[in-house]
Amino acid sequence: MPLDAAAAATEARPLLEVEDLARDFDVSKPLLFRLLQGEKKRILHAVAGVTFAIPRGTTLSLVGESGCGKTTVARLVVGLYTPTRGAIRIDGTDMATLTSRAAQAPVRRRMQMIFQDPYASLNPRWRVGDIIAEPIRAFGLMRDRGEIEARVGQLLRQVGLSEKDSEKFPHEFSGGQRQRISIARALSSNPEFLVCDEPTSALDVSVQAQILNLMKDLQQRLGLTYLFISHNLAVVRHMSDRIGVMYLGKIVELAPGETLFARPLHPYTRLLLEAIPDLEMTGRQRTPVGGEVPSPINPPSGCAFHPRCPFANDRCKAEAPALVTREGVQVACHAVEEGRLAA
Amino acid sequence: MADSIAARKGPVSRFLDSDLWFSFSHSPLTIVSAIVALALIGAAVLAPVIAPHDPFNLATLNLMDAFNPPAWVEGGNPDFLLGTDDQGRDMLSTIMYGARISLFVGFCSVIFAMVLGVTLGLVAGFVGGTTDAVLMRIADIKLTFPAILVALLVDGLVRAALPRELHDRIALWVVIFAIGISNWVQYARTVRGSTLVEKNKEYVMAARVIGLSSTRIMTSHVLPNVMGPVLVIATLNLGFAILAEATLSFLGVGVPPTQPSLGTLIRIGNDFLFSGEWWITVFPGITLALMVLSVNLLGDWLRDALNPRLR
Amino acid sequence: MPLLEVRNLRVEFPTRRGVLTAVDDVSFSIDEGEVLGVVGESGAGKSITGTAIIRLIEPPGRIAGGEVLLAGRRIDNIAPEEMRHVRGKQIGAIFQDPLTTLNPLYSIGRQLAETMQTHLGLSDRDARARAIRWLEDVGIPGAAQRIDAYPHQFSGGMRQRVVIALALCAEPKLVIADEPTTALDVSIQAQVIALLKRLCREHGTAVMLVTHDMGVIAETADRVAVMYAGRIAEIGPVRDVVKGARHPYTEGLMGSIPSLTHRVERLRQIDGSMPRLTDIPRGCAFNPRCTKVFDRCRIERPDLMATDGPTRAACWLYAKGEARDAA
Repeated sequence: MPLDAAAAATEARPLLEVEDLARDFDVSKPLLFRLLQGEKKRILHAVAGVTFAIPRGTTLSLVGESGCGKTTVARLVVGLYTPTRGAIRIDGTDMATLTSRAAQAPVRRRMQMIFQDPYASLNPRWRVGDIIAEPIRAFGLMRDRGEIEARVGQLLRQVGLSEKDSEKFPHEFSGGQRQRISIARALSSNPEFLVCDEPTSALDVSVQAQILNLMKDLQQRLGLTYLFISHNLAVVRHMSDRIGVMYLGKIVELAPGETLFARPLHPYTRLLLEAIPDLEMTGRQRTPVGGEVPSPINPPSGCAFHPRCPFANDRCKAEAPALVTREGVQVACHAVEEGRLAA
Repeated sequence: MADSIAARKGPVSRFLDSDLWFSFSHSPLTIVSAIVALALIGAAVLAPVIAPHDPFNLATLNLMDAFNPPAWVEGGNPDFLLGTDDQGRDMLSTIMYGARISLFVGFCSVIFAMVLGVTLGLVAGFVGGTTDAVLMRIADIKLTFPAILVALLVDGLVRAALPRELHDRIALWVVIFAIGISNWVQYARTVRGSTLVEKNKEYVMAARVIGLSSTRIMTSHVLPNVMGPVLVIATLNLGFAILAEATLSFLGVGVPPTQPSLGTLIRIGNDFLFSGEWWITVFPGITLALMVLSVNLLGDWLRDALNPRLR
Repeated sequence: MPLLEVRNLRVEFPTRRGVLTAVDDVSFSIDEGEVLGVVGESGAGKSITGTAIIRLIEPPGRIAGGEVLLAGRRIDNIAPEEMRHVRGKQIGAIFQDPLTTLNPLYSIGRQLAETMQTHLGLSDRDARARAIRWLEDVGIPGAAQRIDAYPHQFSGGMRQRVVIALALCAEPKLVIADEPTTALDVSIQAQVIALLKRLCREHGTAVMLVTHDMGVIAETADRVAVMYAGRIAEIGPVRDVVKGARHPYTEGLMGSIPSLTHRVERLRQIDGSMPRLTDIPRGCAFNPRCTKVFDRCRIERPDLMATDGPTRAACWLYAKGEARDAA
């Protein structure tokens, strides 16, 4: 059966499009102190203009070290923060055009978030059943109590827990089980898009494997689209179709997962790959790159990575590189662009 | 699994298994305090039923009974266990009725202060920004006045503003308001602090992601999680409120003498202390001390029991 | 004679619901200059083992049995005064959060100098000079200028470098490093691990490296002990434990770690989770999650025994004459 053109266009349109997204935070001291001590306002550029899109049913991961802005991107996308600049489009709908809560609700229902800390993401005073049912009630998806209970039971089974668990409180569960509850809550409004902010970084490895497997299964079964945030490159490699590497609020390289690991282009990506201890490389000697991530309040001039970059020259210090696409890989680096740095 | 066994327990067995009950049942002082407090509250609440006399029924009063010493003292009358006052009222019954007024004022003012303080603290912490700054500066200013002074001030203002009969009729509520208003800051500060912590937790973000209103998030998510310390403050403050009421009544600006509270009784009895009728002031005094002490000990225990760092 | 020998160590935490055994009959040894990795998931008892050796267990926890020998001398029963001297002089400690080790009120130079004066009897001048050398050695830029700076003036990675200097400056024979890189970013982690490795090699210091990160262990340790529910499940040379694990738990653990070099559709997972200390199963603690479980595992608790490989594992699969196909 041939699809008509409109349906084909919907199918082809990425579920999430983010364009030149930026978010500043005012981290100045209170006004009175500033006046007394003659200090200026201090603005933290947590996210300084990122652009990416996630096709339906795929996973895009953002990796980077703490302070690179990956969590801020996640929170911007689900509307926990309002952008300073730029646009977020969910299935073609610009979120900025939806001003009232009522107008946002249909879009909010379609996206949910999974959080990092399974000990803080569930209200300790609520029963698991009420936690999972909250989105159902908030969006008015079901009214009948029995119907809601049945749906909660189904969700619990779907994430590998038992229906009876809905009567319990969060403290009765282990970290991995709590993360399953968190996933069940996220799935309860039948979303198409999940934003996962370090969903396994608080878990032990054997439990992490369970959760990652579960998330992959759910993606296949329900056709979910993921924005996956992590600092763990191995986890990211396991989960993603495409990977964006962030440094100081910007994406420095965005590539298909396999390509990124086989041929990392940006010097920072290379550093990260070099830095991670891996089981395969027992006893290997490495020369770790020095330096630390600079403060996003006072980012270095030009390319933010230049103080740590072994390939930096005068141009890198003066001029910020733009994200350029080459053979399906987007990279923001003068050295790569000029061919100074071999691929 | 042990998990599933715990789940099927009812609320009673869950409570008996809780750390709270454990620390309670292993602290003899707390148990004694609880018994004393419950006995006093019970006697006060049930005063109309169990008091041997009705001290406010003028028909039963007999001036001939005035100044009876306690029953076990020479010249005592077994009808009046703790003796009688200058108008022949049975001290035991008077104390039970007085405790009733004292506790009523105490509870009401604590609830008033709690509701006001928790609401303001929750809003200040959750909304933040200018709202927070304004509310907290008001709280700071409030803290520079001693609580009793504020209570005296409120009482004085109301006295001056309202005609006398009207004031007498609502005097009890004025005292409750005066004590409550002098006490809300502690709740507001504590709740604001806890709210600042809770509102950044991920369960609150989860509620925001689904677009719940701030009011709903505050009441259904944040509020239940900031109430633990509030209960401790409330218990400790109950003792303070009872004392504050007694102080106001002792100074003569509290509840009207037609409804004597423990403080009023102590003041009245004070006049007879040096003429030898010690019981008129000593027994209400002991009752007041026991009441405040037991409530405060309960509050101390609750604070320790709910403090995770001390466990 | 091994540098450190732990024999049948047992650590208990009395609670109102009974006594919890956090470390149960653990024995191992560390040779001079050797790096022993101790891995395990949270609650396995790896950190408690480390803190038990230096006797810094939070009360009401206590050592309930076993012996700890440092260079042949028992240190688990000496007076607290004496133990304080052993800590610092003979055993250095590095913890996850540098701020628990550093005193915020003293400059880092003073803390280094005091440690060296106490344990090495140096003069003020020598101690200061050596403190600067240590700071240079751990890679603090401008050490001579920053020696009088306070801990809060350093970044997390730099603080951990200072802690390493502090742990090593009294030239101890053994360093116990408890999750030294967990709080750090990946690129900083690599720097700190490389530093720790280099310094310990240069000074011939033995290391007990406690971490949940198998990658760190694989790169750093000579031998590794895998802990599960308060006991050692498997111990052996690092390469053999990582690549040729004999205990089903170790095998599952290694399989559940996503790899950087090759991609699999599904990770190998161990179902369930580590038991709470309140209800450790009878027999082998791993038996309810084990894919190769047989009757004996549910009844009798295995001790470490020789396997068909270079590692020793606490698993009945390797008991002499046991039916191997019992799975």
